[in-house]
Amino acid sequence: MQQPAISVRNLRKCFRKRNGFRRRSQLWALDDVSFNVGQGETYGLLGPNGSGKSSLIRILSTLLIADTGEVQLLGYSLPEQQEQVRRIIGRVSVDAAFYKKLSARENLLYTALLYGQKARDAEQRALQILERLGMENTKFSTPLEEMSRGMQQKISIARALVINPPLLLLDEPTTGLDPKSRRDVQSFLEDLRSREGTTILLTTHDMAEAERLCARIGFLAHGKLVAEGTPAALMRQAQTKTLDDAFIKLTGEQLSEEALAVEV
Amino acid sequence: METTMRQTWAFLFRGYHLTRRYIGWVVVFNFYALVTSATVALIGVAAGDYQLTLTLVVGALLWNYLSSLYNEIAMSIAYERWEGTLEYTFMAPVSRLVHLLGLSLYSLVNSIITSLIVLAGLLLFTNLNLRGANLFGVLLVVAVSTLAFVGLGLIAAVFPVMSAERGAEATHIFQGSLLLVSGVYYPVEVLPRWMQPLSAISPATYTLSACRKLFGVGNSGSTAQFLSGAPLSAVAHELLILALMGAILLPFGLWVFVRVEAWAKRAGKLKRTG
Repeated sequence: MQQPAISVRNLRKCFRKRNGFRRRSQLWALDDVSFNVGQGETYGLLGPNGSGKSSLIRILSTLLIADTGEVQLLGYSLPEQQEQVRRIIGRVSVDAAFYKKLSARENLLYTALLYGQKARDAEQRALQILERLGMENTKFSTPLEEMSRGMQQKISIARALVINPPLLLLDEPTTGLDPKSRRDVQSFLEDLRSREGTTILLTTHDMAEAERLCARIGFLAHGKLVAEGTPAALMRQAQTKTLDDAFIKLTGEQLSEEALAVEV
Repeated sequence: METTMRQTWAFLFRGYHLTRRYIGWVVVFNFYALVTSATVALIGVAAGDYQLTLTLVVGALLWNYLSSLYNEIAMSIAYERWEGTLEYTFMAPVSRLVHLLGLSLYSLVNSIITSLIVLAGLLLFTNLNLRGANLFGVLLVVAVSTLAFVGLGLIAAVFPVMSAERGAEATHIFQGSLLLVSGVYYPVEVLPRWMQPLSAISPATYTLSACRKLFGVGNSGSTAQFLSGAPLSAVAHELLILALMGAILLPFGLWVFVRVEAWAKRAGKLKRTG
């Protein structure tokens, strides 16, 4: 049997904060989370702000160390084999973090060089990706600060893919995008999975997006994975007609961006 | 090896293009460095004392170089946090050694260019004649002290990893303290007695002391027309201390950085700030 691309077992992460001289508070960002993602599968994690989605992506990206639990990506364990894991993952975060004064080309080549790639090969690949994402080549030399949010997010996706990773971690990649850009990104991700068999872990607030892109979905609330399955199975389990209603019924929460003010 | 070269080049590539895009600010900072150095050196010119002028010129020039090197390395992490790119750099399969080496190389190139601009300006303002100075010795001392200052920069670079805003403040406090205790413009003996031991642990103290001897400051054989720079053997003591400091501070800086990075990953401190 093929090993899962992502295997997460009993993952726990708690953030402790000092409030004043003596008082300390703690927040469980992830509480005993377990799931698998098969190779070539697109798996969606749905949850309101503060449910632990970004913390989970950060742990898988080697940027956060879990308190307990086991994480394996294509057989490599975290945090022990983080060097190997870094070679096989690409990540897109909700905020397109770039050197805003630099052009798309300069940002993408910097990333490619960091991953030890040849600049010329990386440039060609970046141009192909941007073309598939519906961006004009002329934008390649434009500083990021002169680009719209949608264009910046497309560059962010190109940055994750220019290194050709078998595993893609997408943290709300379409949040804040206009409908056209959102559709461009979704079509591109479908195309990517079918053409290259890339495994994708996607966090989103958008039920329609999750239903369109994900073979299976996990509902995350207060750091716990409360339900998991295909969209149809989740609706059956909740005895609802929409995934939105299934989420509310199974988690007891609204999936609005205003649900909680702070993402952990 | 080829991969390591490309990864190291990535930091020079990024630094070059950022410099190009922020060229207006680069010009302003270099102008400011030149003007503040010239202002200090002109105190010696006004006093009509070439030895004082030379003392101040050496102080201004070396402080520009060392502080620029330290500041570029220490603040590079803060800049990345403000841009939000630190997570992406830390996610890349680059060893921390190569990462910090790349940063340091770019900082070194940057600091050398700034120092050359300041040197040209200082010579223009002061009409100093450097004939007779042991310039080879000066370059050697500066090269050796570079290692210690890169180490200090790496240690200070952990502050912005711990806290973006407070970290940047801490790096400047540390830099200011070095300026105060290292005898950049005055002998360390004029510091309050309780503060003088601090000058002994600053690498800049030994760099300045050695370079002043090599330029011929305080040498009765020096004249305004021809300096009598000391031979390298006269600064062997300072060179040895600087080499030792470099040998300790450089690996120590790397070790501290790696430890703090691991702590930041446990505490969730790498998120974008600013």
